[in-house]
Amino acid sequence: MAGSLETALALEQEEVGLPRLERVHQWVVTVDHKRLGLMYIGAGLLFFVVAGLQAATMRMQLALPDNHLVPPAVFNRLLTMHGTTMVFLVGMPILTGFFNYLVPLMIGARDMAFPRLNAFGFWLWFFGALLLYFSYLGADGLYGAGSAPDVGWFAYAPLTERAFSRGNSTDYWILSIFLTSVGSTATAINIIATTISLRCEGMTLNKLPVMVWLALVTAFLMLVALPPLSAAQVMLLLDRYMGAHFFDTQAGGSALLWQHFFWIFGHPEVYILVLPAFGFASEIIPVFSRKVIFGYQVMVAASVAIGFISLGVWAHHMFAVGMSPAGNAFFVTSTMLVAVPTGIKIFNWLATIWGGKLRFRVPMLFCLGFLFQFLIAGLTGVILAVAPFDWQLTDTYFVVAHFHYVLVGAILFMIFAAIYYWFPKATGRMLSERLGRWHFWLLLIGFHLTFDPLHLAGLYGMPRRIYIYQPGRGLELFNLIASLGVAFQAAAVLLFIINVVRSLLVGAAAGDDPWDAWTLEWTTSSPPPEYNFAQPPMVKSRRPLWDLKHPDDPDWSYE
Amino acid sequence: MSASLAPSVYTFAESERPARGRVGMLCLILTESSFFSIFVAAYLFYIGKSLTGPYPRDVLSPPIVNTICLLSSSVTIVLAIRNLRAGARARFALWWLITLLLGVEFILGTAAEWYKLIYRDGLTIHTNLFGTTYYSLVGLHAFHVSVGLIGLGIVLLLALRGSVDRRHAERIEMLSWYWHFVDCVWVVVFLTVYVVGR
Amino acid sequence: MRLVSCSIASGFCKRLTAALLTVTTLARLSVAWAEDWGVGAANAKLMPNNVFAPAATPASVTAHLAYFVLGVTGAIFLVVGGLLAYAIVRYRWRPGDDDREPPQVYGSNPIELAWTTLPVLIVFVLILITGRTIYTVEAAPQPPDALQVRVIGHQWWWEFRYPSLGIVTANELHVPVSDPAHPRPTFLTLESADVAHSFWVPRLAGKTDVIPNRRNRMWIDPHQAGTYLGQCGEFCGSEHALMLIRVVAQPPAQFAQWVAAQQRPALRDPATAAGRELFLHTACVNCHTVRGTPAAGRFGPDLTHLMSRATIGAGAALNSPAHLQVWVDNPATIKPDVLMPAMNLSPADLNQVVAYLASLR
Repeated sequence: MAGSLETALALEQEEVGLPRLERVHQWVVTVDHKRLGLMYIGAGLLFFVVAGLQAATMRMQLALPDNHLVPPAVFNRLLTMHGTTMVFLVGMPILTGFFNYLVPLMIGARDMAFPRLNAFGFWLWFFGALLLYFSYLGADGLYGAGSAPDVGWFAYAPLTERAFSRGNSTDYWILSIFLTSVGSTATAINIIATTISLRCEGMTLNKLPVMVWLALVTAFLMLVALPPLSAAQVMLLLDRYMGAHFFDTQAGGSALLWQHFFWIFGHPEVYILVLPAFGFASEIIPVFSRKVIFGYQVMVAASVAIGFISLGVWAHHMFAVGMSPAGNAFFVTSTMLVAVPTGIKIFNWLATIWGGKLRFRVPMLFCLGFLFQFLIAGLTGVILAVAPFDWQLTDTYFVVAHFHYVLVGAILFMIFAAIYYWFPKATGRMLSERLGRWHFWLLLIGFHLTFDPLHLAGLYGMPRRIYIYQPGRGLELFNLIASLGVAFQAAAVLLFIINVVRSLLVGAAAGDDPWDAWTLEWTTSSPPPEYNFAQPPMVKSRRPLWDLKHPDDPDWSYE
Repeated sequence: MSASLAPSVYTFAESERPARGRVGMLCLILTESSFFSIFVAAYLFYIGKSLTGPYPRDVLSPPIVNTICLLSSSVTIVLAIRNLRAGARARFALWWLITLLLGVEFILGTAAEWYKLIYRDGLTIHTNLFGTTYYSLVGLHAFHVSVGLIGLGIVLLLALRGSVDRRHAERIEMLSWYWHFVDCVWVVVFLTVYVVGR
Repeated sequence: MRLVSCSIASGFCKRLTAALLTVTTLARLSVAWAEDWGVGAANAKLMPNNVFAPAATPASVTAHLAYFVLGVTGAIFLVVGGLLAYAIVRYRWRPGDDDREPPQVYGSNPIELAWTTLPVLIVFVLILITGRTIYTVEAAPQPPDALQVRVIGHQWWWEFRYPSLGIVTANELHVPVSDPAHPRPTFLTLESADVAHSFWVPRLAGKTDVIPNRRNRMWIDPHQAGTYLGQCGEFCGSEHALMLIRVVAQPPAQFAQWVAAQQRPALRDPATAAGRELFLHTACVNCHTVRGTPAAGRFGPDLTHLMSRATIGAGAALNSPAHLQVWVDNPATIKPDVLMPAMNLSPADLNQVVAYLASLR
């Protein structure tokens, strides 16, 4: 054992002295979960900027009524690419990238269960991402003015059939997302196998960090929910190229079948995106409250419950399609039910904060924003679950506001919290607190300026996915304010980028455990060596570092 | 596995936790089941909804021989692995070969059925809803059988070269789990297409 | 190597202001001159057009349900949000505090039970009330004297057929006002000729999707006379944004007059005979119907009583001879991706055709 440690240390020394091309090559051929995790996150952040610019363009078009900044065809491509990019090329890679990086470290393992599968998954995902953006050049691109997909990110049939979607733009949507989904599935298999099979000694499932439990539930959802989309996409491709009739209404096919299959994927997908945010919150909030998470077992049970129930709520996206009253009532019930474990989690975070000693470092600021905004997002979700009111609000800016509250207000805020929290571990340097605070407050202001008025726009009759609206309908003020918010959000992101670059170059040294935290990743160096832990750890409780720091009052005497 | 480290590092996990290969293969089976279930759902949904013929009752006859071959191959693969674990490499290779041949028979039988349907009954994927759902579901399954056959073939070649012994039994058993999964899917497909759908 | 100076925060304020000013200026400059074809003023007369100004039973039972749900969720927000705000203030670390960790509270089963039970009860109530409203709206029986209208969604216009009255019109739906004492609702069947659309007039009812190969059903019973603005509520392609609906609710006498006028075949005005001949011998007849002439195309709107409608292009422009001129010459000027091609008529021909269309009252 000592011999292998020396070999590993020696290899690491060698790497530092390598020429630049060799170092790049090491990243390209790596199977190290930490590097792959950072590559997922880095690529995801790049696409985040791209999709953000797409959104900014849309908001400029909609800032004023009867605006002609972009023609309808371009606008419809923007809205499709913005949604598709944000879900598949930003949300999924960043969140699973974090799991990739953190799960082995948190369970005391050396790497994921299948490192080569991990690398394969990343490059497949990356190829799919490039394929989606190649559609701007390919498809009709070189003959026309570029034709990315323009059918909306959920690509309802029969708009996507050959008759209504000529050219290849829809095919790019199908193929690129199919590939990224296979990549994501590989990650999901890895997360589950790693968590089950590579836990260090003493770490029973009852002692897993809450984030790792959420990773498990997320991965399970990915395994079950991604295939329905891939299956529907294969069916659509067969329709478009082999004359099949899955969604061909002229031949008796059903447009609704696509909707069912898509949302059987689509609803769990949004939980796949939000559960990691819950995981980050469950790790970060306790540390900055200086208290253990309140109700560990209930938190785990609630997470598992959310995972299962979320598989049975999908048709709340389809309340307006004319299902029977009984069908509608069923989905009202299941959707309302999923709100219960979700609310329990909010209460548990609140109870964790209660009686603590709160430190408002940047990660905690983002967590507090998350808590307020997720509370509102959940409540607008309950409002939307009321089917008759949903008949008014579905497909309007009220829904757009609701889901951006979840995606930006909850998930993006937690992504930033996670970056500020774990950046020191991954790089050995601290991000600037001052720049971080500017980033937080600008984002908060911009987010609310943009998305609060959009609730009202929906109530005033503004449908979603419209490139233009006419004056005299009471929509002007809401849209103008919403568009002004973009400037603040853009400034916030710009500051964040400056913070990251500056910190990578001249940031303060972080040390192993800058936040005085309690889980295993903080026991190793910053950044961790390739092998993570010099000795495989042994744990007796859920907070091994707390036990070490408080030998007189260890967790395992209470758990 | 990180190449630079001695296997002893994993001692605890390998001895005390469920094997990662088993968990991984079960995850793959779970996700593939989800994938197949959508095609089965589409098939069931479109039963009786074709606007024109040919209809299932007219052209489908249950492929009994193919089914017997495929399901028996699950038995023979179990026998093969038992032999491998006992160290009987020659008998392992034999039962493995029989498994492969039974799988090949299934594919050939499916091809023959499709030949009849396409050229004698005029049923293609674009003829009607029945054609669409039939070829996509049966075809998806046949594709998975083919991938399995490639895996079986690789192992057979390695076995004939003498490279396979009881150390590899665990990994080969994971491949056999995939094969069992493909057989279970066939049971579902058979019931859906030839029993419920007719 | 120092990438940025230490005074980033102070210099930053100036930079931020400059950036914001630039962005907003650019946004204004980049706006092409907005021509709204008279629709803005017309829309302003129809305000307020929102879900809390119901004018028919489906919309009003929904609005009442919404008030209740908003009340409940608003209360939850105030309580939970209030507790959160309180906790942030009360439990923040203060400079005088020592570094001892606060008491570690691992959980409490009674508390967990309490805040599970209460939400379950709230949710139970919401489910029951919601269920009742679903049935009220969706399962309403159709009375025998209800007006029946077939709605057919097209890319990007609405066809309205009144089978019992022998009327076909487009984009503007006339219905009788329904007096709550003697209700006369209008029942709509919804079909699509191409892709999925959705029929939504917020003041009258929630939206119901219009899906090909499927017949959906909804009803409205406007209580007051007036014009109600609606719009397609399901992304249906390029010009989804300009697929508006106008529902005109009229008192029984006026509605009967409208019906009678619509039932008459197209007016034949000798002054526009030349334009009529042109219309009948150009590609127009491939897409449009004018009852009383050989024109029987079904791809585009029925033009028999074109001038009885307030807008053209499914709400893209107010209906006037001047706007008709622009539309017939090149509809893409008003509605960029419309499926009607530019007719490429000579100016003289164009004038005559438009004069003919303007005579179709």
